[in-house]
Amino acid sequence: MRGAKSAKWVAIAAVVALAATACGGSDSDSGDDSNAAIDPNGKFSIEVGEPQNPLQPANTMESNGSIVTKALFTGLVDYDSTGKIEMMNAQSVDTTDNKTFTVKLKPGWKFHDGTPVTAESYVKAWNWAAAPANKQTNSFWFSDIDGYADVAPEKGKAKATEMKGLKVVDDNTFTITLSTPLPYFVYKLGYEVFSPLPESFFKDPKAAGEKPVGNGPYKFVSWDHKKQIEVARNDDYQGPNKAKNGGVIFKNYTNLETAYEDLKSGNVDVLRQLAPRDLPVYKQDLGDRAVDQAYSAVQTIAPAFYTKQWKGIDPKVIQGLSMAIDRKTITTTVLQGTREPATGWVAKGVLGYQPDLGTDIFTYDPAKAKALIKEGGGVPGNKISIQFNADGGHKEWVEAVCGSITKATGVACTGDSKADFQADLDARDAQEVKSMYRSGWVLDYPFNANFLRDLFGTNSSGNQSGFSNPEVDKLIKEADAAKTQDESEKLYQELEKKLPEYMPSIPLWYYKVNAGFSEKVTGVKYAQDGDPILTGVQVKK
Amino acid sequence: MGRYVARRLLQMIPVFIGTTLLIFLMVYALPGDPVRGLFGDKAGSPQVIAALRHEYGLDQPILVQYWNYMKDMILHGDFGTQIASGRPVTDVLGDAFPVTFRLASLAFAIEVVLGIALGVAAGLRAGRFTDNAVLAVALLFISIPVFVLGFICKLVFAEQLGWLEPNVNDSSDYGQLLMPAIVLATASLAYVTRLTRTSIAENRRADYVRTAIAKGLPKSRVVGVHLMRNSMIPVITYLGTDIGALMGGAVVTEGLFNIQGVGLTIYQSIVRREGTTLVGLVTVLVLIYLLANLLVDLLYAVLDPRIRYA
Repeated sequence: MRGAKSAKWVAIAAVVALAATACGGSDSDSGDDSNAAIDPNGKFSIEVGEPQNPLQPANTMESNGSIVTKALFTGLVDYDSTGKIEMMNAQSVDTTDNKTFTVKLKPGWKFHDGTPVTAESYVKAWNWAAAPANKQTNSFWFSDIDGYADVAPEKGKAKATEMKGLKVVDDNTFTITLSTPLPYFVYKLGYEVFSPLPESFFKDPKAAGEKPVGNGPYKFVSWDHKKQIEVARNDDYQGPNKAKNGGVIFKNYTNLETAYEDLKSGNVDVLRQLAPRDLPVYKQDLGDRAVDQAYSAVQTIAPAFYTKQWKGIDPKVIQGLSMAIDRKTITTTVLQGTREPATGWVAKGVLGYQPDLGTDIFTYDPAKAKALIKEGGGVPGNKISIQFNADGGHKEWVEAVCGSITKATGVACTGDSKADFQADLDARDAQEVKSMYRSGWVLDYPFNANFLRDLFGTNSSGNQSGFSNPEVDKLIKEADAAKTQDESEKLYQELEKKLPEYMPSIPLWYYKVNAGFSEKVTGVKYAQDGDPILTGVQVKK
Repeated sequence: MGRYVARRLLQMIPVFIGTTLLIFLMVYALPGDPVRGLFGDKAGSPQVIAALRHEYGLDQPILVQYWNYMKDMILHGDFGTQIASGRPVTDVLGDAFPVTFRLASLAFAIEVVLGIALGVAAGLRAGRFTDNAVLAVALLFISIPVFVLGFICKLVFAEQLGWLEPNVNDSSDYGQLLMPAIVLATASLAYVTRLTRTSIAENRRADYVRTAIAKGLPKSRVVGVHLMRNSMIPVITYLGTDIGALMGGAVVTEGLFNIQGVGLTIYQSIVRREGTTLVGLVTVLVLIYLLANLLVDLLYAVLDPRIRYA
């Protein structure tokens, strides 16, 4: 009786599963049929988790918050898909010495509350965000500006409330003076932390974080915590990226699986990423509406150079380990094609990206890998471990990488799993990583320095591995001291070409966006940070 | 009776202090720092980290933190602030509890009505076909993992038949909550059924039932009043603890159906090491558990006059 009953259930489940795969994709509606009538005032919805922080531009650090603040605020500049700078609220950003930048604003811009966007709106906002007392998580972004050290000293009380490097000239002009010249500083200005803030913000920053007033293509409508955030098109918007739709509803989902189910049943229009569960079927399910493209992020494994194992190691050993990883097979099998094998340290879509560094350390070659490790004196202890966080879906590929290394070189390799991301970070911060660790880097601004200088300089903010090399530091200094942005980019490219000699980390693969959208929308494109470009989405009638 | 209730209420105080302190210490013992966690792979400015840690009192010894937290909570009803969002924890609780409450009450109603009905049906026909059929269904419900049942329900009722929405988009719509509530109720429903069945089958042969039948009372009254009243004691005990379990949120079910309730809030708070949010949630849950237990004990006296609380 019991057996019969449960067998029947299993049978039902199997039939259902078969039916689900069989009828998926049969109705492949063309994703971009340009003859569908467009409703210019139609709203669409997108899957986003609850933002962790209040919606203050200098306080959003994770993707759920930043996609919303980017819709509400427009900064001085932005960049196109190749990493070229586009002027937004700025008419021009000029410099003669890479140290003092003169910013001219386009006149006539207004905040959503009708007040004008002036030079003061920028200067005041940046000074406010830089002050540690205001506890903005992104405040260190202002550290290039002259006078930051007085506003946020390493120790003791702040000596000033305003950075002396920021000066208002007139309503539409201000100057930024840096403490040291930086030829690509304009790139940093594209980050939302450099957004302007209206006068009303400073009266009650907390309330502004709940009901932000911005100057961007969308106006804030409502935020129903843990349910949804709604924004509407800003009709007075003067920028080049005026919204082609009536507004966006950011719908909160508990996980990617539920979001995908809702996409199929028409309850949400745009996804940002898919769960591994749906990867094998999504192209079949969605047809032309499936998205599969690279974005500017790279996954690496880094040796902890402060450990006894890696201190003073010959880079040849790390080169050997890199050549022992069969990236191509792992990305296509274990990772189901959601990643692309890396060919350098700088990700795609970034200015200065080089498809080929003229080295073979990224090719799988067990024989050469073995030889290199031997040449470099072998891996101390002949075993390595890779630390990762168990809640991030990394276990499978770490095991695959380990298997690949062991098979090719005979070096024993294990995964060192930490319960969650917090525990993983904790071990990295406390320099307690036993051997190597997993690390990822998503672009902040699409300039190759972001992937090199901010990670491998001895005192860089993103350097957690303890990597320190006087030669690399010197090259970084030279690239930062270049006369022009182009020259700086070239010098950084040269530095990247030299990195195989130092091996600060082993790049594994570039990330890809695997997502999709509903039949209701067209023109869904994704930017370098992996987020959809909201203003370009069109809603069908 | 009044003195008994007062004594029980007083006993809650040490339990309450013990549980909250335990949770506080457990969160503290986990590696990771909620403020540092805000910055992810990028290193934040040390000044801001220090300022945030100071604001939330994380730079003080753990027992001092606990003392301050409890003081604010008891004196001002202030549960602290959530570290990442800067929202008062009371708001966060106010978002999560109503959602879970709706889901839990629906699931609870399903399991009480169906569970007791099936249990009585099986108990009155103990050993016959009905009894065995109910037993089989109950065992099936107990043994299927929640997420499997959830997926099957979604596939059958949402994707194939299109009767229901696959996920909850509006947590105040009981129609959308129906499927998750059924999934959530199944395991408990099976237990309620088994408990009721055993109890009814046992008491069916009791003297007072025979007397009631001999007096010529109609069957409905014999079963509905005399038999049921006495048989409900073990069932009520289970239901009392189940109220607490349901209100504690079901992490799996809530995640499966996109319900932003207590279960998920607890899960996220653990992942982000949000001690204050977690203790706030647990405090409310402990109170619910304690009160549910008290209610159950008082119901014993109502159901069985032989039980008296002096």
